[in-house]
Amino acid sequence: MEPIVEVNRLTMDFGGLRALDSVDLDIRKGEIVALIGPNGAGKTTFFNCITGIYPPTEGEMTVRPPGKNKIRLNGLKPNKVTEVGLARTFQNIRLFPSMTVLENVMVGRHCRLKSGIAGAILRPPSTRKEERKVVDDSYRILEKMDLENFVNEYAKNLPYGAQRRLEIARAMATDPFILLLDEPAAGLNPSETDELDALILKLRDQEEVTILLIEHDMKLVMSLSDRIFVVDYGKKIAQGTPEEIKNNPAVIKAYLGEEIDA
Amino acid sequence: MISLAEIKKSFLVSLWFMFLTFPIMVIRVNTIYKRVEWRWENMLLVGIGSFFFSLIWRYLLRRKEMGRKKELAEEAGDRFTLWQRLTEDRRIFLLALAVVLAFTAAYPFVFSMYQTNIMISALIYIMLGLGINIVVGLAGLLDLGYVAFYAVGAYSYALLNYHFGLNFWLALPIGAATSAFFGILLGYPVLRLRGDYLAIVTLGFGEIIRLILENWNAFSFGPSGIANIPRPWFFGIKMSLEQSSIFIYFLLIVLVMFTIFVVNRLKDSRIGRAWIAMREDEVACQAMGIDRTKTKLTAFALGATWAGMAGVMFAAKTTFINPASFTIWESINVLCIVVLGGMGSILGVIFGALALILLPEYLRAFSEYRMLLFGFILVTMMVFRPGGIISATRRTYKFKRLDEP
Repeated sequence: MEPIVEVNRLTMDFGGLRALDSVDLDIRKGEIVALIGPNGAGKTTFFNCITGIYPPTEGEMTVRPPGKNKIRLNGLKPNKVTEVGLARTFQNIRLFPSMTVLENVMVGRHCRLKSGIAGAILRPPSTRKEERKVVDDSYRILEKMDLENFVNEYAKNLPYGAQRRLEIARAMATDPFILLLDEPAAGLNPSETDELDALILKLRDQEEVTILLIEHDMKLVMSLSDRIFVVDYGKKIAQGTPEEIKNNPAVIKAYLGEEIDA
Repeated sequence: MISLAEIKKSFLVSLWFMFLTFPIMVIRVNTIYKRVEWRWENMLLVGIGSFFFSLIWRYLLRRKEMGRKKELAEEAGDRFTLWQRLTEDRRIFLLALAVVLAFTAAYPFVFSMYQTNIMISALIYIMLGLGINIVVGLAGLLDLGYVAFYAVGAYSYALLNYHFGLNFWLALPIGAATSAFFGILLGYPVLRLRGDYLAIVTLGFGEIIRLILENWNAFSFGPSGIANIPRPWFFGIKMSLEQSSIFIYFLLIVLVMFTIFVVNRLKDSRIGRAWIAMREDEVACQAMGIDRTKTKLTAFALGATWAGMAGVMFAAKTTFINPASFTIWESINVLCIVVLGGMGSILGVIFGALALILLPEYLRAFSEYRMLLFGFILVTMMVFRPGGIISATRRTYKFKRLDEP
């Protein structure tokens, strides 16, 4: 099966620092792929390169959205990348704090709407219909993410776990075909992490999005992922199924650590 | 309640004030009799006055802090300020609106032409305030050179009228469009700038426009300005000065209502949400598919159109313009209106403009201390009510379930 995301020889230099060194990655439709590695390995830099925040020094990034032609991601601006269908969340939550939960999700719908300045001022029936639909669609997304009770609450007042879910809800509002989650379980306790596990599976199965996630919680990674890519100091050191990665000596040495047999 | 530490602090403050105002209040050089007078009693007055002033100021500050803590504790509950209660109840709101409308309609006939002219000034500033509200309040782009668009509007009417005999009604939309174009022109270089740097560059732009107008004599007639700009005509009726003023007054009322209408519509729309998202977090808003370039340029352009229209009205009202009316002080004035009135809230801007224009007029009774008092009022407002007279509690989308009563 042709991969829907293909990254070849991705290299990112910040002056003299090589943050990513010829990293290859591919994702097939419907997979849950995890990108793991020690802190500073270049995982978030990888996300930033794919989503257009940094232009990579070298390398090719192409996507094939289901039912559409191949698109080259190099040189696209971040908002264009989102329009193509890649949505991301952030490691430190970046919500819009003084907007309500509903409005945060409505902003996510921005790139799928059409009204412009004239529509805003004159409010013809088409704009009115579009605005009503935006509110309905956003509310439905909130219901799917169990956030409908917070609908009119300011985003900054939400509890931490709800804020993380809101970020995912906002990303889902952009109608992506692939969701890039940057450490979604950071700061969550074990029961919240289990809920996140179920949520990600629900997103993959019911919403038909492919998932690429960066994560440090190994239990979550091993239980969710179909395939895992491991990076260390910017280089890919291993890839494979969770079983293969668990027993890979290079990965154990660099990141997982091993049990000391007494 | 008043501890020894407080008294010591206030005493130090009074000593400091006595030292500071020594040259102004105590020493007076009498050039007629060629001697120096020492007014020591003034020093005593300053000392005692500042001592008590400092005590009161500190007391009010403490009360404000305690009030803030209480407010944070009950923010979780219903956020019903007096203002919101007023606007939520439809009937009271409509009644108040009717009273205000009746008052504004009767104003020029009840008061003298001098008062009407002041009101016309205030209305022009309201338009400017609403325009800058889009750029600063909604989109979060600190624009210190807003007066440039004001100047562009005024000069485009004056010059088009001088060279081509363009009448007022045509000049109004053309002036607005020219200003919008200049807004985009300013927007391009500052796309990547944020915060202080954006402020400095926009300030520079404002000054550039003024310097061009002042020095390019062949184009703008320099400091001598352009005179004999015609007032707006009304089906060729010959109007006296007084009738003309009244006509301009009502024309401005209509324009201001139009501005309020459009700004309201823009706020509650896709582009309004994009502006607010951009103000909150630029990186996240890009990740959500908002084109940062287009959104910023739209903010600058749309904000500038209102300044352009206000400029055309200004030229029509004063019939004479020169670069001296478009200094950076005007920009700061407009910014003060927005900050004082409440950034982002339309009614706040209206109150801010009225306060900023009418207060100095009515403070004329205090003659030489009037600007001092004015500055003092501004500072006090900023310390005790930094959100502005009417803080912008934005009417967010309140989602109502269909089955709720």
